[in-house]
Amino acid sequence: MPPTSDTPLAAGADADAARAQAPSSSQAPDKVVVQDLTVRYGDKVVLDKASFEIREHEIFGIIGPANSGKTSFLRALNRMDDFTEGMTVEGRVSLDGRDVRAWRNVYALRRRIGVVFPLPVGLPMTIYDNVALAPRLGGERNKRELDRIVEHCLQRAALWDEVKDRLDSLGSLLSGGQQQRLTIARALSQKPDLLLLDEFSIAVDPVTTMRIEDVLKELKHEITIVLVTNLVQQARRLADRTAFFLNGECVEVAPTEDLFTGPIKDQRTRDYVEGRFG
Amino acid sequence: MFESTALNDKNRRVEKLWRLLFCAMTVMLVVPVLLILGVLVVKGGPAISMDFLFTDPTDGMTAGGVFPALIGTVWLVAVALLLSVPLGVAAALYLSEYAPDNLLTRIINLAIINLAGVPSIVHALFGVGAFVIFFQFGTSILAASLTLAVMTLPVVIVATRESMQSVPHAFREACWNMGATRWQTIRHVVLPNSISGILTGVILEVSRTAGETAPIMFTGAALFLPYLPQSVWDQTMAMSLHLFVVATQVPGVPEHLPFGVALVLISMVLAMNAVSIGFRMYLRGKKKW
Repeated sequence: MPPTSDTPLAAGADADAARAQAPSSSQAPDKVVVQDLTVRYGDKVVLDKASFEIREHEIFGIIGPANSGKTSFLRALNRMDDFTEGMTVEGRVSLDGRDVRAWRNVYALRRRIGVVFPLPVGLPMTIYDNVALAPRLGGERNKRELDRIVEHCLQRAALWDEVKDRLDSLGSLLSGGQQQRLTIARALSQKPDLLLLDEFSIAVDPVTTMRIEDVLKELKHEITIVLVTNLVQQARRLADRTAFFLNGECVEVAPTEDLFTGPIKDQRTRDYVEGRFG
Repeated sequence: MFESTALNDKNRRVEKLWRLLFCAMTVMLVVPVLLILGVLVVKGGPAISMDFLFTDPTDGMTAGGVFPALIGTVWLVAVALLLSVPLGVAAALYLSEYAPDNLLTRIINLAIINLAGVPSIVHALFGVGAFVIFFQFGTSILAASLTLAVMTLPVVIVATRESMQSVPHAFREACWNMGATRWQTIRHVVLPNSISGILTGVILEVSRTAGETAPIMFTGAALFLPYLPQSVWDQTMAMSLHLFVVATQVPGVPEHLPFGVALVLISMVLAMNAVSIGFRMYLRGKKKW
């Protein structure tokens, strides 16, 4: 790891820490608050009145079988419904206490939220350009600064050593696991303070998955991470608290270990984590 | 136990038959192309020379070259493309990247399809009414090129839109999630990856435009002009109309002349197509995903 004192991520973390000073309880403040969130595609309700909160600097896991509304929650969070035909959102999602609908500039909102998709999307441009794209869109023109961001983000995503000699080859031609780490590097290049990972390990081999998981554990000291996964054990390894979604319903939100061994509100949660259905 | 059954054998024979049939059909497609080219080369070949390309027609168009018509066709095509490409690409961008899927968009799409189906002679009459008379451009390159532009627009739009739609949606989503606006996404991801298809569509359109006769004969093309056009307000000769004239309207034309004109015209078109194909092969070699 390079020195982190003046890295963008560290700077973002400082700002977060400053914001976090206000409430003096021992519990970390809420990063994201979800109240009665309902998401529809056309007439079909995919997420029904979900309410929970995500705390600063935690890894918040979301588990649940297919079609349970996990991805729809992520899409509502960064207002993809603005760009998606037929997707409607009701209820309230707030980021740092501010309703995401109240952001007049949706692009500024999305810049603060990094997203990693299930299938890696290496954009059809060079590795360097993939990572430099977000800073460039944000107006960064200084070549040395861009070089620094690219190297830093690729290192954070555990990809630098493999690609540092071929930064000008195409990002879309990397292997699946490499592309996924490239996607993570790209998400980090936005200097997000919230990172959304949507089943990131589907197309990644187990060794790479473990490397990325290690990266995530380190990153959570600087940013807040939402980890959507259908691997129950992955949530158990990484998440501080976890929500269980089922058929559009947010069944349970609890400290992750509680889902497996502690007190729970709903028997369906235990059934799912123990593999009795789903 | 691995012996083939009677049914297996029959399937195999039928498969062979179909294959042969489809292959024969495909080969038959090539026959007219070869025949046309062959006839043109044999009958028109003797007419071709540098003089033929670079001199004016003489003796009431029964001798001499095709130079003014050649230049006129270049003028007409160039001006038509200058008008239709920016408009067509902009419209395709809107339809592909911005337009919501609503009634208006569907009506627009329907209109484009129907515009593509309008016969060229109807375009010609529209051009006379709209550009020559109403806008008072007179019979001029401008009026003729505008008519050609209207005619080529739907093809440019459809080719451009298809090319943009072939860029995977996931690329756009990845870009949007980074906080890119739609325009930034178009500029950095969609256009760089669809430009080859767009250019291919445009070049193919050029070759089609070069051969059109009906839309220009009432709007700006002249039977015979002893001088080259100086601006878009002038009339001009054109290869396609010139071919029509020397083949049917002028008595006493030696047989090799119209074939020569046709050979030059089709060579222009084929050269364009070759450029287009070469370009596509070059860009496909650089395919990025």
